[in-house]
Amino acid sequence: MTNSIISLKHIDYSYEDKTVLQDVNLELERGVFMGMVGPNGGGKTTLIKIMLGILKPDNGSVSLFGKPMDRFKDWTKIGFVSQKSNSFNKGFPATVREVVSMGLAAKVGYLKFFNKHHKEKVMHAIRQVGMEDYADASIGNLSGGQQQRVFIARALVNDPELLILDEPTVGVDYQNVRRFYDLLHQLNQNDQITLLLVTHDTGAMTEHATDIVCLNKELHFHGEPEKYTSLTEADLSRIYGHPVHVVKHDH
Amino acid sequence: MLADLLAFDFLRHTFITGLLIGFIGPLLGAFIVVRRLSLIADALSHVTLAGIAFGLLLEKRFAIFILPPFYGGMAFSVIGALLIEKLRSLYHSYQEIGIPIILSGGVGLSVIFISLANGFNNDLFNYLFGSVSAVSRNDLLTITGITMIVTIIIILFYKEFMALSFDEEHATISGIHAKAIHFMFIVLTALVIAASIRIVGVLLVSALMTLPVAAAMRLTKGFKQTIIVSIIFGEIAVIIGLITGYYFSIPPGGTIVMVSIIILLLSILKKSKTTGHNGGVQHGYE
Ligand SMILES: Nc1ncnc2c1ncn2[C@@H]1O[C@H](COP(=O)(O)OP(=O)(O)OP(=O)(O)O)[C@@H](O)[C@H]1O
Ligand SMILES: [Mg+2]
Repeated sequence: MTNSIISLKHIDYSYEDKTVLQDVNLELERGVFMGMVGPNGGGKTTLIKIMLGILKPDNGSVSLFGKPMDRFKDWTKIGFVSQKSNSFNKGFPATVREVVSMGLAAKVGYLKFFNKHHKEKVMHAIRQVGMEDYADASIGNLSGGQQQRVFIARALVNDPELLILDEPTVGVDYQNVRRFYDLLHQLNQNDQITLLLVTHDTGAMTEHATDIVCLNKELHFHGEPEKYTSLTEADLSRIYGHPVHVVKHDH
Repeated sequence: MLADLLAFDFLRHTFITGLLIGFIGPLLGAFIVVRRLSLIADALSHVTLAGIAFGLLLEKRFAIFILPPFYGGMAFSVIGALLIEKLRSLYHSYQEIGIPIILSGGVGLSVIFISLANGFNNDLFNYLFGSVSAVSRNDLLTITGITMIVTIIIILFYKEFMALSFDEEHATISGIHAKAIHFMFIVLTALVIAASIRIVGVLLVSALMTLPVAAAMRLTKGFKQTIIVSIIFGEIAVIIGLITGYYFSIPPGGTIVMVSIIILLLSILKKSKTTGHNGGVQHGYE
């Protein structure tokens, strides 16, 4: 029994003739908070789709919770917030409560109904993202950042062991981003949830993550935040493929 | 009509059938509308027409009664539904391409069967626009059976249908078997269309499934609420439509659809009165 929750070995992937990922090897250990950074088009979303079985790698193998992808069945252990949650069908007449409950559907199981306990879980997840005042509002009437928070709740409601978040805070305001990172920190520390977070917010990332990886077609860096912050501009320029000037943030 | 209901069996059959399709049409229609598949209903109703024409052709030319038009329509509708699903998976990034293919195929076949039979006159007219006198006792039993099947399956798989309709990618990742559920859904759609054709007719069946939903969506917040209000609107349209249709000797398809459109217009008026012209953005800011 390995301690890797996700294990990627020698992953190659191309869209038609465009190589997006080349020989990517990555182990995600149980309990870590991994931050993934990299330039636009660096292949982060593609790699996540491979981890989730939406895309099949051209070469290489994926294991989830110690099982090869094609034998993995426990999808409810994984919560996912996709980068393009904002492109869902805005006209869909669902309340926040209904949207979050959809995250539970698979876990509750076929031919079973939501009971009181499930409804409480839904409310709890809504409270975790601070949307309780909007529980009965229509999802299409919320602002983009509020919708994003609802989708985070939909991922949390399953009590996942692994949470994969692809730029979840795009459009979320400053105060709620802080609150969101506090929530992630707490989920990781108190509830032992393993986290994989893609973001361009390197300041917050180095503050909260336990591991950082840099992806630009290949995996260029994998290490602790301290090591990442000590990278020189030259290192970063190599990773990003263009000159980078480090701007120091005070948090 | 209400008084006649007690006197004439065939009217009672029609009325009960009307209530049943006023229920299952909008119930299933709610999922169809939110998945932006309103045209699927049109495609399938035209395939159903081909099946009906085929049944009528067998009856008229060859005096074969193995496939009564109603059941012929149902069989074609289900086959058409399966083909649409097949095409959907073949053309992954053009999910709706099956719809025009099946729709035109249905019309093409219908034209061929109809001309082979040298036209069907009145019968065909009834199938196109609906009729108050077309429901036999057997049809009523079949439609009752379909209503029960559809209702039970939707209740049992409500959460999966809803999750898939809202966000297919997320639902699939979370472990819902999208393919099997879609398959079930499209077969239900085919059955509902076949059941509704007797009363509303081929050309107007999709209206019964979509107009009440379009009206309800303007007034409601949640999905469950939308379904309930859609069904209420569907029943109102069927009841008023059947009574006026009978009274003025107009095919009920026409009157039911016109009542639905009036309900839709009223809901649009009501909505714009209560929220002004900004389309009801009530929670945009904190
Ligand atoms: N469906 C697709 N078909 C063809 N090319 C694609 C497709 N999706 C992504 N690509 C290409 O693959 C590359 C990697 O895209 P990907 O979305 O994985 O990048 P990313 O690291 O997530 O970027 P971002 O930071 O902008 O989200 C990009 O160059 C993109 O143009
Ligand atoms: Mg991306």
